[in-house]
Amino acid sequence: MPTTLEIKDLHVSIESKQILKGVNLKVTQGEIHAVMGPNGSGKSTLANTLMGHPKYKVDSGDILVDGESIVGLSPDVRAKKGLFLAFQYPLEISGVPLAQFLRSAYRAVKGETSKGDTKGVGGEMISALAFKNKLEEKLKEVEMDPSFTKRYLNEGFSGGEKKRAEILQMAILQPAIAIMDETDSGLDIDAVRKVAEVISKMAGPQMGVLIITHYQRILQYIRPQFVHIMVDGRIFQSGGPELAEMLEQKGYEWIEREATPTAA
Amino acid sequence: MATKQVLDIDYTKYNFRDSTEDYEYKFPQGLSREVVEQISKIKKEPDWMRQFRLRSYDHFMKRPLPMWGGDLTKLNFAEMLYYASSTEKKSRSWDDVPSYIKDTFDKLGIPEAERKFLGGVGAQYESEVVYHSLREDLAKKGIIFTDTDTALREYPEIIKKHFGTVIPPEDNKFAALNSAVWSGGSFIYVPKGVSVDVPLQAYFRINTQNMGQFERTLIIADENSRVHYIEGCTAPIYSTDSLHSAVVEIIAKPGAHVRYTTIQNWSNDVYNLVTKRAYAYANATVEWVDGNLGSKLTMKYPSIYLLGPGAKGEILSVAFAGKGQHQDAGGKVVHLAPYTTSRITSKSVSKDGGRTTYRGLLHVAKGAKGVKSTVRCDALLLDEYSRTDTYPYNEINEDDATTTHEATVGKIGEDQLFYLMSRGLNEQEALSMIVMGFMEPFTKELPMEYAIELNRLIQMEMAGSVG
Repeated sequence: MPTTLEIKDLHVSIESKQILKGVNLKVTQGEIHAVMGPNGSGKSTLANTLMGHPKYKVDSGDILVDGESIVGLSPDVRAKKGLFLAFQYPLEISGVPLAQFLRSAYRAVKGETSKGDTKGVGGEMISALAFKNKLEEKLKEVEMDPSFTKRYLNEGFSGGEKKRAEILQMAILQPAIAIMDETDSGLDIDAVRKVAEVISKMAGPQMGVLIITHYQRILQYIRPQFVHIMVDGRIFQSGGPELAEMLEQKGYEWIEREATPTAA
Repeated sequence: MATKQVLDIDYTKYNFRDSTEDYEYKFPQGLSREVVEQISKIKKEPDWMRQFRLRSYDHFMKRPLPMWGGDLTKLNFAEMLYYASSTEKKSRSWDDVPSYIKDTFDKLGIPEAERKFLGGVGAQYESEVVYHSLREDLAKKGIIFTDTDTALREYPEIIKKHFGTVIPPEDNKFAALNSAVWSGGSFIYVPKGVSVDVPLQAYFRINTQNMGQFERTLIIADENSRVHYIEGCTAPIYSTDSLHSAVVEIIAKPGAHVRYTTIQNWSNDVYNLVTKRAYAYANATVEWVDGNLGSKLTMKYPSIYLLGPGAKGEILSVAFAGKGQHQDAGGKVVHLAPYTTSRITSKSVSKDGGRTTYRGLLHVAKGAKGVKSTVRCDALLLDEYSRTDTYPYNEINEDDATTTHEATVGKIGEDQLFYLMSRGLNEQEALSMIVMGFMEPFTKELPMEYAIELNRLIQMEMAGSVG
């Protein structure tokens, strides 16, 4: 049964300021969705709220994974339910080598059954050596140099390297639904293409993707089935990939004008 | 005229390692000239050491308590016992050891024999065979490694020449106290050009009480020699003594390299007031790796005096203060020669109202040209109840000295925590990871077993299940 992520009439505020004003969206494992919108529309708020950032308050509405509400759950529990958030600005954690972090995350998400061994996908036991092999395999997939794994998590990484490290984490943790928060921001044209190609390969029946982006260009490489346009804290319009192309032509100003309710 | 009789006494009926067993003087609580005299008498010391102790006692009595550091006002000198024979120590039972200590042993996976030793039960760690063979290996290279009491008996000339030369009794009140009542501690001498491959550890000395109240350690590394000494361990040391006041003197002759690693985890009711100082001669290197996890109050500032050109000093200090704890630590470097370099790195973590203080001195004397020094002190506060202070003192008397000083104080950011938790780590695991990452510059200098134990201890601290 594919995992489902359902957002129902979600209202979210931060420090008493209303940001999300009734978002409705459903993502199923295996689908590729894109959420596009102008700055200030609430895209990042949506991403962070889905993962459970404590500073965002759900005022009303619900978020459900496989039919169960996750609104009260902490981020680690949500991760264990199969959600993953690729951060727009990944945090630096000094003194923690990337490899060690990946191993801890893998054990946490997949569950550790006995000392030193970790359950793989499908419940098989994976030894430390097998994890090492898995890591090497994923490093190749995301085209990341193995020397990165010895470096401290995100410390001194360039913007592109940080984004790639996010994708590496995604590749290791194999979430059911990956939320990508403006993964293309801060990257040049070539970097966007490279990163997008990697994500595109991983997306599929095993992993659903919710791409949050401002620009259409990443969607040339990760072709979404569903495109949603977000304006002022709500999803204004949903459609297929052609919606993204229209947006590219007409621009956000046009959309914002359309979205503004006219006087009765 | 009385005839002298030579008594043929069978000494084998006494265990010479516990040469105090047959002694009848009962040590009262409190410190007096008589107590000091009796300590010297029991140990059968040469007169110069007895005089040294008495002079130290006199100084201790007249020197006031330092008021600039942690709170020492509750120390009750009159109620302490300043000497206890090993037989008295033997009589403590395993039942008396607090359960949180026993739990920690379980969690750290410490074997049975070690537990009793660390718990203060059982006078000797059952590794006599290991100890003796190690001693033989060392002796072949001319390395002396024994306890200070034995060294005074067997190598009186070396001791007399160096004892108290790096830290005289008049240095501070607690150096004076230690100098008056010291007992136990390590003595290490490494001959010229000799490199000791294995870190020497206090465990290996089993013929006296280890982790005593007033240990006195003296390390002499002769020219171009190399040695690493490790004191302490991560398991909490249960002690009924409320005051531990050790003195450590290191002499690193030209070209020598000495590293002294300490992990202190005394139980939370102990005052740990330590004076540690090294003399580094030309082209010598001294490194203090100092970890402070336990005790109620620690005041400790490992120091290095750089006495010859090319000498190097490094102090790496970590302090962790939980509820009710105050770690007042740091380091001192005194550049008395040109082209000397130093680095002080201090990392402190406070939680649950604990308090950490960094106190550091960098002194560059006139004439010490071409000095390079770096100081970095970082503090991490895990909640709004905890506290950290920084008191750096710089006395630079030469224009061409290159000194840098960086200090940061941080809290664990909500975003950092969210990031780690979004990868499946629960809050405690995420906090532990951040704290261990913060302490990593220290941990990576420890031998692997210590690093592993230290990480496990930190995780336990973060879970709030210790103490």
